[in-house]
Amino acid sequence: MSAAASSTSPFEATPRARRRKLVGRLMEAVCTLAALLAVVVLALVIYAVLRRGLPVLSWSFLTEVPTVDAFGNTSGGIANSIVGTLIITGIATLISVPIGVLIAIFNAEFAPARVANGIRLLLNVLAGVPTIVIGVFIFGLLVVGHGYSAYAASVALSIVMVPIIARSVEEVLATVPGHLREGSLALGATRAKTVVSVILPTATGGIVTATILAVARAAGETAPILFTSSIFANAMSTDPSKAMASLPMTIYLDSQQPSVTAQQQAWAAALVLMALVLLASIAGRLLSLRSRRRIEQSR
Amino acid sequence: MDEPKIAVSESREHATDANTAEPSEAQQQSNAASLALARSQAKLADMALGHGQHPEEGRETVFDISEFSVAYGGKTAIRDVTMEIRKNLVTAFIGPSGCGKTTLLRSLNRMNDLISTVSTTGTIHYHGNDLNAAGVDSVEVRRKIGMVFQRPNPFPKSIYDNVAFGLRLHGLKDDLDGRVERALTHSGLWDEVKDRLKTSALALSGGQQQRLCIARAIAVEPDVVLMDEPASALDPIATQRIEDLVQALKSEYTIVIVTHNMQQAARVADMTAFYSVDVGTDGHRSGVLVEFDATSNIFVRPSDERTEAYVTGRFG
Repeated sequence: MSAAASSTSPFEATPRARRRKLVGRLMEAVCTLAALLAVVVLALVIYAVLRRGLPVLSWSFLTEVPTVDAFGNTSGGIANSIVGTLIITGIATLISVPIGVLIAIFNAEFAPARVANGIRLLLNVLAGVPTIVIGVFIFGLLVVGHGYSAYAASVALSIVMVPIIARSVEEVLATVPGHLREGSLALGATRAKTVVSVILPTATGGIVTATILAVARAAGETAPILFTSSIFANAMSTDPSKAMASLPMTIYLDSQQPSVTAQQQAWAAALVLMALVLLASIAGRLLSLRSRRRIEQSR
Repeated sequence: MDEPKIAVSESREHATDANTAEPSEAQQQSNAASLALARSQAKLADMALGHGQHPEEGRETVFDISEFSVAYGGKTAIRDVTMEIRKNLVTAFIGPSGCGKTTLLRSLNRMNDLISTVSTTGTIHYHGNDLNAAGVDSVEVRRKIGMVFQRPNPFPKSIYDNVAFGLRLHGLKDDLDGRVERALTHSGLWDEVKDRLKTSALALSGGQQQRLCIARAIAVEPDVVLMDEPASALDPIATQRIEDLVQALKSEYTIVIVTHNMQQAARVADMTAFYSVDVGTDGHRSGVLVEFDATSNIFVRPSDERTEAYVTGRFG
């Protein structure tokens, strides 16, 4: 490059520099597009469900059970499915939270490092087991010979929830500052008493958050319920020893019906389920922020 | 040597200077000043006890440490410590960092048990009983030998529940309110918090939190209070209050305090143990006890040249 080649400023871009700049801008655009894609997909899903489900939504829809007339038209609502989901998920929570929290406490406070790593690995594997496999497993264990029941569905869901809760709670326990443990032990408390009286109260916010997030995940799982509580319910039931209607099952079964009214009900049920899960996820994240702030205060 | 009378009025002023550690132009100047300060304060303490009387005279032995060594994962941290800690005295551990003062302190209430790679040799006898014997329950040990840490660590509970924690733990539930009040009064915090006992302890200032931790420790009526640099995370005013507190508490408790601040040791301690780092033949550095004597002797007439080098600021 001779000095005489450029007649104006020495900083004017060379062709090579211009090409580099163009490639840089192109990459930025590609990354931005990819991010937008994720947002757009979510927006599309929400929009589709809203468009088809909102017209059917009404107070009576939420509080009545479905009825099918002689022509196959479904009317009424999904009250029994909502109640069913709440009961099944509720029992699953009652089973999985104590177990998950105890596993997390063992891993964080008592287990030697190698044992803790092993348990963490097993939990990750369990979390990765396809839910349909869990469904079939519980089918063989609890349904064969006994019939469908909400209890079986709850047990299947709790297997899904335990790894989520155990992993999150263990992370929360790890953030509790070590000098709190030391202070308690220095006063003459045993390890167990320290966990119960000092560490758990500090970590309560995190435990609640982990539970809410696990519930949000489990409420929408269809495969386990398919094998344990599959029922085309037309009546309200609160007996967990029998099969119970639930939102995922209603969506699945109603959407397969040839009747338009049934399909509309499926869309509305999908909207309700999505709203429940979204609300739970948002609530969980907000609580998580608040509890993290509280733990950081005591640093 | 400074006249003790002059030192009285100047010592408080110099105390804040020393604590804020403002760098002076000539390091030697500041070292000489701080040594003079320490010596004058030690002389004051000497006078308070009565000229020439050794603080250990006539006092019962609380800890009898004999050839005691601690190692982490095979590497010796501090070795062959032999000394006696006497009742109702303030004993200070001073020395450069890495010399094992905190390790030794934590051995006195079995807090080192929490570290899995720790091993010890030698013995520590507490009122004649071997602290590391097989049947000893570390929970009971820690009830009688309490500890206050470098950073205040109140539990995220109310002020009342913090102090009551130890009481409830050890079943001292009769007159809980009274015991909490007494503990807070003895640690000089009662007047400041009596109207807000149920508010969160985390809302207190650093100095108040540390006094709360002291109240929490003394609520269970221990025999000994171990303090690991209790004022190092605090501002000078709060530090002063903690030091006054230590002086006030020694009439009821035996206190062992680790400090990296020489002037603090000179101000509060009756006996001072100076530790240093020794490089062994294999090149491994471990802590050793160099000298243990009345504080005034350590600062005014040290026997070992390493002690003298430390207190005059030539190293450390």
